[in-house]
Amino acid sequence: MAAGAASGGSAASDTYVKARHWLLMPSWLVLGFFVFAPVCVMVIYSFLTKEFRGGVIWDPTLAAYDQFFFDRGLFGDGDPTLQWTYISIFWRSIWQAGLATILSLLIGFPTAYYIATRPANTRALWVFLVTIPYWVNLLIRTVSMKFLLRDEGPLNDFLMNVGLINDPLHIINTNLAVQLGLFYSYLPFMVLPIYASVERYNFTMSEAAADLYATKWTTLRRIVLPTVKPGVIAGCILVFVPSLGAFLAPDLLGGAKNFMIGSLIEEQFKGNAGNWPFGAAASMVLLSLVMIILLIFSRQQRRAGAAA
Amino acid sequence: MNDAIQIAVDVRDAVKRYGDFTALQKISLAIHDNEFFTLLGPSGCGKTTLLRMIAGFEDVTEGGIYLFGDEIKALPPHKRPVNTVFQNYALFPHMTVLENVGFGLEMKGSSRKEAAKRATEMLELVQLSQFAKRKPAQLSGGQQQRVALARALAPSPKVLLLDEPLSALDLKLRNSMQIELKHIQRETGITLIFVTHDQAEALTMSDRIAVMSAGELQQLGAPRDIYEHPRNMFVADFIGDTNLLEVSVDKIADGSAQCHIGGGHELTTVVVDGVAVGAKVHLSVRPERMILSDQPSDGESLKGMVTENIFIGTDITTMMDLDGGPKITIRTSNTERGNKRLIEPGNRAFVTMEAGAARLLVD
Repeated sequence: MAAGAASGGSAASDTYVKARHWLLMPSWLVLGFFVFAPVCVMVIYSFLTKEFRGGVIWDPTLAAYDQFFFDRGLFGDGDPTLQWTYISIFWRSIWQAGLATILSLLIGFPTAYYIATRPANTRALWVFLVTIPYWVNLLIRTVSMKFLLRDEGPLNDFLMNVGLINDPLHIINTNLAVQLGLFYSYLPFMVLPIYASVERYNFTMSEAAADLYATKWTTLRRIVLPTVKPGVIAGCILVFVPSLGAFLAPDLLGGAKNFMIGSLIEEQFKGNAGNWPFGAAASMVLLSLVMIILLIFSRQQRRAGAAA
Repeated sequence: MNDAIQIAVDVRDAVKRYGDFTALQKISLAIHDNEFFTLLGPSGCGKTTLLRMIAGFEDVTEGGIYLFGDEIKALPPHKRPVNTVFQNYALFPHMTVLENVGFGLEMKGSSRKEAAKRATEMLELVQLSQFAKRKPAQLSGGQQQRVALARALAPSPKVLLLDEPLSALDLKLRNSMQIELKHIQRETGITLIFVTHDQAEALTMSDRIAVMSAGELQQLGAPRDIYEHPRNMFVADFIGDTNLLEVSVDKIADGSAQCHIGGGHELTTVVVDGVAVGAKVHLSVRPERMILSDQPSDGESLKGMVTENIFIGTDITTMMDLDGGPKITIRTSNTERGNKRLIEPGNRAFVTMEAGAARLLVD
């Protein structure tokens, strides 16, 4: 709509062209030390040989990846067949993270929409209220969730007292508990970007749609959602990616049966039983997977952007 | 001819309140079919509120709104057969121009193909056919404005509502859009309700104008009628330029009132309702209805000193201090004849009014 607006402000930023590199140095240093360097370490470790008490031996090998993808029998001398154990853990993780993302979207979108349509002076308060629970440590929150959901916990007590159920619901140690835990852990990451894009949405467009005979539902589907899509996609990525690698919620709420990729990796680095190269290799597979998903998303975004 | 007039929109005693604040107080007006009707007033006068009540975006606190005889007060916007051109256009950024224009038809149940066909026709009407495949952001302000117009016209509404649609355009573009809009209205024969705060725009385009202020209807009439015969101070002041002089009424006889202004000026003018002898009222005279002279005329004339001549292109505005205090402005056309009448600042001058130019205002 404001086609010409983007051209402003370039003259002022030109003044800083020379200083730009120096001003960006702190960011580059932080990125280098805390993102790039650790990833490099993981890449290298994934190609090394494991030491039995944790740590690595500097002897390059593909053993870790081989262990992840192939089954060579009990003694390691059989014909390689595809190793389903880890792939199925991966698949379950994607599934769990996907459901948690959908759940977050279903709850997060109306929440964000509600906040964005409040009077401007109360919106900050609503956003503040959404973030309050996240001032408490994630571990504490997840443990509280376990307490809330268990068979003799407050949720079941309440439902039984109200008379909705006769026997307690077994939520803990199920997939549902993990999804609920992930949903609860990352909900604000869904709400905030959607809120930001709905707040920028020009509600006159909804009036225009109504004026042109569109019902409320059609307006939401045809006008509001396509316009705020960038916020929705950002929210989905921000919930899906950390859910995929999460280990607190699966460990505490899901039990042993509902092992996820995050827990698998965590195991490899904990105590003496670990296998660092294998953990690093699994991390690399996870990292690649997330990268591929993000690339697909951003390519679609760019294609949609080029059309606009 | 008069009995053939059909009422398109009938607003009956419509009141709009927001809590304690009354935005509209008992407005009643009937908008004729095929009419270019303008709601004119300063910002906050309630004109946009009234338009939004007709469109269905604001509910009616009291009273009723009828569209061709049918009460539409209770209908939601998407069920009212009226369409709106919004001030900021509100085009859908993710749709092409053609999809934007076809949207209303599609919602009314036309197939995509039919909608696209009609949308193409509409784009031809506003001369934008070559931009059908573009997104709104790729168009200029004037082009977006025309897309918004085509989009509102496409579903063939019974009444087209326009909320200050030209205010975001620059002067040249606005003038050409005014002509185009008038043209389209004639071509389609649609009833058009136009909201603006620009009195010149209202005078240029409208068949009839409703002047509003502070939530009340001040005057309703044809542009010329409102300009020549303002009903009150507000209308006289808001529409065009005017000289407002405080006068005392001395004598009323034979439908004319004799008044005087401070400084020994005598004036005779047509009497209007509500004027009594001894009353202090205002007299309104348009600057272009006064004639400058360096000689006193045979009849009544005002005397004073020229303080400034301002050149404004087509005209020259002369500022004058009358004897006894009041200041007036006189507009003389920039023609050979007009220029001969001009008097240099600092010199005495005499001003006569054209017959019927002065008008008494009661409030």
